[in-house]
Amino acid sequence: MDLIQVASVLGAAIAVGLGAIGPGLGEGHAVAAAMDAIARQPESAGLLARTLFVGLAMIETMAIYCLVIALLLLFANPFVH
Amino acid sequence: MSASPLSAPVLFSVGPVAVATPVVITWGIMVLLAGGSWLLTRRLKQLPGTTQTVLEFVVETVEEQVRDTMRTAPAPYVPLIGTLLLFILTSNWSWMIPGIEPPTAYLETDAALALIVFCAIVYHGIRVQGLRGWLATFAEPTIIMVPLNVLESFTRTFSMLVRLFGNVMSGVFIVGIILALAGLLVPLPLMALDLLTGAVQAYIFSVLAMVFIGGAIGEERPPEVEGAQ
Repeated sequence: MDLIQVASVLGAAIAVGLGAIGPGLGEGHAVAAAMDAIARQPESAGLLARTLFVGLAMIETMAIYCLVIALLLLFANPFVH
Repeated sequence: MSASPLSAPVLFSVGPVAVATPVVITWGIMVLLAGGSWLLTRRLKQLPGTTQTVLEFVVETVEEQVRDTMRTAPAPYVPLIGTLLLFILTSNWSWMIPGIEPPTAYLETDAALALIVFCAIVYHGIRVQGLRGWLATFAEPTIIMVPLNVLESFTRTFSMLVRLFGNVMSGVFIVGIILALAGLLVPLPLMALDLLTGAVQAYIFSVLAMVFIGGAIGEERPPEVEGAQ
C-alpha cells in the first residue's frame, strides 16, 4: 500500500468519525426541544413530529455527506489507479 | 451488495445496452404496484368491503398529509406524492425478499426520483403562478438573493438524492459487513432498524417533495375546491 491509499483510508475514517459528532449533537438538541414542546402542548404533537422529522432529515444530511465522501475515498478515489 | 456501493451490478445485456439488476427490480416493483392497484380498484363499490376500506384509508391519509403540509387543495398533488411514498417504501423494504437488494440503494434510482421531484416543482410552480410569477419567486426577499435561490433549487434536489441513497445504502452495507464479520442472526437488530429507517426515509422524501412544491406554488393559493376541513 502506498501513501495515497493509507491517506485515503485514514481520511475516510476521520470523515465519518468527526462528521458524525456535529449532526449527533444537533439532532440531540432538536429532539430535546421537540420533547419540551410536546410536553407543553400535547395537542400539537402531530405537527411537531412532522416538523421534527423534516428537520432531523436536514441535519442528518450532513452526516450522510461525510459518509458519501468516505465512500468516494474508498471506492471511487480519483488518485488511486 | 456488490463490491462498490457506487456502481450497480449488470444482470444481462440487450445488444450494447447493459441492464443493471436495480433496473429489473425497479420494473418488478412498478409492475407489482401498478398491477396491484389495478386489481384492487377494479370493482369499487358504494358500500366498501375490507380491502376497499384499507385502500381508502391509505389514500385519505396521503390527502390529509398533503392538505396539512401544503395548506391547499390536495387533488393535483396526491397522485405524485402517494406514488413516491408507496414506491420508495416498497423499494426500501424489498430486501425482505431474499436475493433482492433495494433499488433505492443505488445512486441512479435516487437520481431519477429526485429529478422527478425537481420537474414537479418547476411544473407546479409555473402552473399555479404563471411563468412570470414563478420566476419572481427567485427574487425573494430581495433581488440580491437570485443566485443563491437558483443554487438552492439545485442543491436541495441533490441533497434529497444523497439523503435517500446514503440512508438505504448504508443500511444494506452495514448489514453486509456485520454478516461477513459475525455470521448468521447477528445482524437481525440492524435489519429491524433498517425497516424503521426505510419507512422514515420514504415519509421524509415525500414530505420534502410536498414542502418544496408548496414553496414553489407560493403564498397566494388557489381557492380551495373542496370544502376546508
